[in-house]
Amino acid sequence: MSTPGAGPAARLSGFMAHLRRNGFAVGPGETEAALAFLAAGDPTDVAAARLGLKTMLTGDRGQWQRFDALFDAYWFGSGVRAALRAEAQGPRQEARRPEIWNKALPAEERAEAAEPAALPGAPSGEDALPAGTGRLVASRQEALARADLRNLVSPEDIAAAERLAERLARVLRYRLSRRRLPARRGDTVDLRRTIRRNLGKGGEPVELLRKHRPERPVNLVLLLDVSGSMRLYSRYFVSFLRGLLGGWLHADAFVFHTGLVHISDVLRERDRLRAMDRLSLMVEGFGGGTRIAGALKAFNDRYARASLNSRSIVIMMSDGYDTDPPELLAAELARLKRRARRLVWLNPLLGWRGYAPVARAMAAAMPYIDCFAAAHSLESLAALEGELARL
Amino acid sequence: MTFDYKALQDGLRRTGYIADDDLAMALALAVGLKRPLLLEGEAGVGKTAVAKALAAALATRLIRLQCYEGLDANATLYEWNYQRQLLAIRTHEREQRSADEIERHIFSADYLLRRPLLEAISQPVPPVLLIDEIDRADEEFEAFLLEILSDFQVTIPELGTLQAQSIPYVVLTSNGTRELSDALRRRCLYSYLDFPDEAKELAILRARLPGIEQHLAEQIVRFVQLLRREELEKKPGIAETLDWASALIGLDVRALDGDAAALQASLVCLLKTEADLKAVPREVAARLVGKVA
Repeated sequence: MSTPGAGPAARLSGFMAHLRRNGFAVGPGETEAALAFLAAGDPTDVAAARLGLKTMLTGDRGQWQRFDALFDAYWFGSGVRAALRAEAQGPRQEARRPEIWNKALPAEERAEAAEPAALPGAPSGEDALPAGTGRLVASRQEALARADLRNLVSPEDIAAAERLAERLARVLRYRLSRRRLPARRGDTVDLRRTIRRNLGKGGEPVELLRKHRPERPVNLVLLLDVSGSMRLYSRYFVSFLRGLLGGWLHADAFVFHTGLVHISDVLRERDRLRAMDRLSLMVEGFGGGTRIAGALKAFNDRYARASLNSRSIVIMMSDGYDTDPPELLAAELARLKRRARRLVWLNPLLGWRGYAPVARAMAAAMPYIDCFAAAHSLESLAALEGELARL
Repeated sequence: MTFDYKALQDGLRRTGYIADDDLAMALALAVGLKRPLLLEGEAGVGKTAVAKALAAALATRLIRLQCYEGLDANATLYEWNYQRQLLAIRTHEREQRSADEIERHIFSADYLLRRPLLEAISQPVPPVLLIDEIDRADEEFEAFLLEILSDFQVTIPELGTLQAQSIPYVVLTSNGTRELSDALRRRCLYSYLDFPDEAKELAILRARLPGIEQHLAEQIVRFVQLLRREELEKKPGIAETLDWASALIGLDVRALDGDAAALQASLVCLLKTEADLKAVPREVAARLVGKVA
């Protein structure tokens, strides 16, 4: 060990602190267990120590994969650059942030993430940071040149949208569970409790006790199109999403354009202006055109497994003008539908007189949609309440 | 107390399970520290098989609890045998016994149906308890499970508290369809299983199908490894590789570059969805065979 005088216990607690800085949830209990494990084993067998600590101290796949680099960095001082990068990722939730964010994050967070590469003497060229930085500057200028989202929305509109979202959230709140709980007017007889209760009557089931299936909260996944053609509407929807996410409902939100970005964390930001700023930066970072199918594919590949279950309702907000081939959209929607319970598609164009869903992508998507509605104004969003309650 | 994972690795090998160092150490720790082991990984990398092999290597019973949505305490701990209870009430009534006596009788261990969790803690020899696909059960069940896994005792109101006869070796598996709670993760040792590399998969194939020709085995493994790199909805796991190898042997295929029609027909063993079957037409299969031959 490199520090003379420091006992193994001190070195190990140093290692624990090192792991904690990298987002591992390890506490004194783990330290004690790890120390006992090391004391029991052969002190010269580094491979065994590494394997054992890895098993004891990691808790999910990301930690499992980062552990070896962190271990080497602490005990052998090698691979420091890689470990530093891991360290700069910050606490656990942020480590999972999609890479695409880095191109669109506010400057201060960006600087933090870029730190390891900026170290003097660190060899460059191993990732695309210079290009990314250039893009960030460009997107910030773009954001200044065009009006940002907050100036386009009056405070009353935002408040109305958020109130409305709250109402919708309440409508969507519950679905039937498959667990059963005791209930006075349940649909099935609870034999265990019935027999217990009727023992005093000689075991004759005089009084029947019942159980029922309680309701469980649904899980919402929101996909919002923020391409140029939707720009006019997306500002309402963003407030709407904030309202949905702000409550107790389990919800995940994504925006797409030519790529897909997970925005739940941004929308949960308590300060509304700051949230809007971060969001508009992220939105401006994209190129032109809309790739609905591509974004859906990214969602299906990366997030669907974790965020969809049989109680999920997917709400898609888009005008259906897709630059990807419509067959691709149909295929991705089919994949999506296999995981989710319902698909709601809100299309602002539906509110226009004489509009029919003839855009090729929209026509291809129709078979997979459970509820297709206009959402061009706050009133039309409010009209959704009844529709969604029936889903 | 030392954790001799090499010995366990050899023991597993003798039962036909090839475990790499990571996994062998994780299992050795789980056995040595009596802590539950959480295994994560794609479907088909051999998570469930680990528990079976561990039970065989330790020469003990395997008790399996398959999780599903809506699973509750009744289905996992115990249930009373109601039909028998009702019958017993009737017969004892005729014998003019008192209600107290009847109650004592029908709420005795004879009428108790032990479900996997209770079964696992009431064994004299510690069994391997496999809690399969924990991510399918609801959050409430997870909390309940945590309690059982830390106390190893079950309270049945009619019988009192049953202490564990022995602490089972617990293996939990998860496919990652739902994020597990941090509390559960902290309670468990953790290991992530990946698809095996070529050498390991070849070793598995040779361990499970000892009669297979070396040349064919190598071709099969290389083909499957290449197939996993294609864009598929469901990547073929180890079980699929083994099925496919058996099918090829049954079809009397000696080399993959021989009978294209038989090869194409046998791909149903590897590709389990319609979309995946369409994604690997004859030309793609021929291209992959060209690379492995």
